[in-house]
Amino acid sequence: MAKKVDNQVVKIDAKGVFYRELNARLRDAVSNGTQKIELRNVYGQRYIGTDLDRVVEIEIFGTPGNDLGAFMDGPRITVHGNAQDGCGNTMNSGEIIVQGHAGDIIGLSARGGKIFVREDVGYRAGIHMKECRDKKPVLVIGGTAQDFLGEYMAGGILILLGLNLGKEGRHRANFIGTGMHGGVIYLRGSIEGYQLGREVGVAELEEEDYQVLQEFIGEFASHFSYDAEEILKHKFTKLYPLWLRPYGRLYAY
Amino acid sequence: MKTYLPPKFTIERDPERCIQCQVCVNQCTFDVHYYDAEDDEVRSRGENCVGCHRCVLFCPARALTVIRNPLDYRENYNWHPEVIEDIIKQSETGGVLLTGMGNDKSYRIYWDHLVLNASQVTNPSIDPLREPMELTTYLGRKPDRVQIEQNSTTLMTELPPQVRLEVPVMFAAMSYGAVSINVHESLARAATEMGTLWNTGEGGLHPKLYKYGNNTIVQVASGRFGVNPEYLDVARVIEIKIGQGAKPGIGGHLPGEKVSADVSMTRMIPQGTDALSPAPQHDIYSIEDLAQLVYALKEATNYTKPITVKIAAVHNSAAIASGMVQAGADIIVLDGIRGATGAAPKIIRDNVGIPIEMALSSVDSRLRQEGIRNQASIVVSGGIRNSGDVAKAIALGADAVYIGTAALVALGCTLCQQCHTGRCAWGICTTDPALTKRVNPDIGARRLANLLRGWSLELKDILGGMGINALESLRGNRMQLRGVGLTDTELEILGVRMAGS
Repeated sequence: MAKKVDNQVVKIDAKGVFYRELNARLRDAVSNGTQKIELRNVYGQRYIGTDLDRVVEIEIFGTPGNDLGAFMDGPRITVHGNAQDGCGNTMNSGEIIVQGHAGDIIGLSARGGKIFVREDVGYRAGIHMKECRDKKPVLVIGGTAQDFLGEYMAGGILILLGLNLGKEGRHRANFIGTGMHGGVIYLRGSIEGYQLGREVGVAELEEEDYQVLQEFIGEFASHFSYDAEEILKHKFTKLYPLWLRPYGRLYAY
Repeated sequence: MKTYLPPKFTIERDPERCIQCQVCVNQCTFDVHYYDAEDDEVRSRGENCVGCHRCVLFCPARALTVIRNPLDYRENYNWHPEVIEDIIKQSETGGVLLTGMGNDKSYRIYWDHLVLNASQVTNPSIDPLREPMELTTYLGRKPDRVQIEQNSTTLMTELPPQVRLEVPVMFAAMSYGAVSINVHESLARAATEMGTLWNTGEGGLHPKLYKYGNNTIVQVASGRFGVNPEYLDVARVIEIKIGQGAKPGIGGHLPGEKVSADVSMTRMIPQGTDALSPAPQHDIYSIEDLAQLVYALKEATNYTKPITVKIAAVHNSAAIASGMVQAGADIIVLDGIRGATGAAPKIIRDNVGIPIEMALSSVDSRLRQEGIRNQASIVVSGGIRNSGDVAKAIALGADAVYIGTAALVALGCTLCQQCHTGRCAWGICTTDPALTKRVNPDIGARRLANLLRGWSLELKDILGGMGINALESLRGNRMQLRGVGLTDTELEILGVRMAGS
C-alpha cells in the first residue's frame, strides 16, 4: 500500500489501516530520511505525527482522528479537511495547518510550535498553553471558537480572527481566558465584557502587538490565501492576564 | 486584626546549657528564635513554632525542648481545639485552609487490624539468612496465557513491557517544585541503587536527573508540566495522574513563591506565577478518553513502556479500575485517604476519599471477578508506614506499593504539615536555594536506600516465617491475613477471615 515515489516522498493509502499500523509506517518512513509523506483516505486514525521527532512534511487528505500531532516534535502537518479533538495536544514543536474546522481542546498544553485553523474550533481552544524562553506556541484561528477559549493559559499567543462572523461580527464564546495567568490573546471581532473570564484584562494594541499580528496573520494568510492587510485593517482587542497568581488570594495562609 | 489563635507549642530553653551560639536562629525558618542585640541574648517566640524539631536536633548544647502548649479550653469532644482554631483562622482570613502531608484524622487504620500468619509445626518456616528468598516483582500487563517452545525454555509469547523491581516498594510521586531538586536527586539515586523506581510527580524532570531515567516514572498530569518527547523517552514508566489521595477530584495550585527560575524552566510557566493544575485532565472526561491518552502515550513511546494510571481511592474505585484496565492501563495506582500532598485544602484532605485497604481489596476482587486481574499490576499508596504494611498490602492483592511520607521522614521530615508554606526547615518541601541545601543528596540517597534495605530484610523475615520463599506466593494470598476487631462487613470487603477462624 505504501508507494515509494522516490527517496523523498512517500505516499500512503490509509484506507482501512488501523492507527497503530499507520503510525508505525510513518515512523519507518521518517527514520528512512523521507522528506515528505502524503496520506490519502485518512478516516479518523488517531495520533498521526505523535512519535515523530524531526522536520518532515506530512499532507493529510481526509479526516484525521483525535490527538493529531500529540506530543509532536518537528513535523509540519497540513490537513486538507477537518481535524477532530485534541489537535496539537502537548505539542513540543512543528506546525499543524488545518484547511477546515478543528474540534475541542486544540493546542491543549502546547509547549511550542504553530497551529493554524482556517475555520472554527470547539471548546477550550488553547487551554493551558505554556511558554519558556525561545519556546512559544502560537494558535491562529480563522473563524470563531466555543467557550473557555484560552482557559488557564500560562503562555503563548492565541489569535482569534472571526473571519466568518458575518455582519454582526460578534464572537459567542463565554468564559474567555478563565484562569489565564500568562500569554496573550488577540481577538478580531467584537465581544462583550461578560464573555470574558474574571482573570483577564482588556487592552489596546501597541506597536509590538501589531508586529506579532503581522507575522502570524501573514503566515495564516499565506496558508489559506487571504489578504493579510485586509484582515489587519480591522480593529483587534488584546486580552492579557490580570494577575500572575489568579488564585493566590483564595487561601487563608 | 488581633489574632485569637493560641500558640501551639512552647519553647523551653535551658539557660544552663544554652551557649548563645544562634544555631537555632539560623535553623528556624518560622522566625521562632531570634537574637536580641540589646540584651545580647537568644530568645524564642513560641507562637510561631510549628513543632518541626529542627532547632532541637541541631542545638549543639541540647538546650532546647519543644513541648505542646497546654491548651486549657474546656473539654469538648465535638468542639475540640482543632475545630475551634480552624474557625478562628478562617474568620481572620476569609480563605480556604491549606495544609500539607496526609490526613491526620483518626479514621480506622485497617493495617493495624490485620495480622499476618506464620508457620508452626505443620509446615516449616524458612530462615532467609541461609536460604534464597525472592522479592523480585515484575510490573506490567501479563498475557492471558504464555506459550513456550517445545523442548526448550524459550518463551514464544510476546510479552508487553515489564519492569523489574528488586524490592516491591517505590517512591511516590512528589513534584519538583513541591519538593526540592535535592530531594529528587536523593530519590532517584536511592531507587537506582536499590533496583526500584521513583516518580517525578507532575512538575517535570530536571535534565540533570535524566541519567536516572531507567529507574524513573514520569508523570503526565492535568497541568502537563514538563511533558516533552525527551521526558517521555528517558522514563522507564509513564504515569497518567488522574487524582491523588490527599485531594481527590481537585487540581493543584503550586504557589508562586515556589516557582523559582529553575522550576519555571521545567514547568514552562513564568517565574512567580502559580502553577495551576486543573481539576480534570481536559482531554479525559470518560473511560474512552482515558484510553485515548493511554494510547497517545504508548504511540509517543512506540509501545516500549508500561503506562500507569493513578487515581485517588474513592467510593466507586472498583468500577473505575475495571475501566482503567480496559482503557489499556498496564499498572493501576490507588492512592488512599491518608495519601499526602505538598498542599491541599484541609477540608478536602481530611474528608474525601476512602482508606486504601478497602480500595485495594475491592479493586483486586473486582478485577479477579472480571477475569482481568492479569492485565494490570496494582500499586497502592497512602499511609504505608513499614514493611508490615507492605506485606499486608501484598497479601490483600497489591503488586507493589509507593511510599511518599515514609521516604520524606527518612530525609528528615517530622510531619509538621507546613509543606504548603514552602518554608520547610528540613529543606525538603521548598525551592528556596538556601533551604534546599539542607538535604544533601549523598546523605539523602543513603538514608533512603537504608530504609529500603531494612524493609527488604524484614519482608524476607515475614515471608520466611510463613514458610514462603517468594513474594509472588504472598501476592493476593488473603489466607495469610486475619482480622482483629473488625465487623463482618469490614471482613467481607477485605476478604479476610476473623482471627481464630
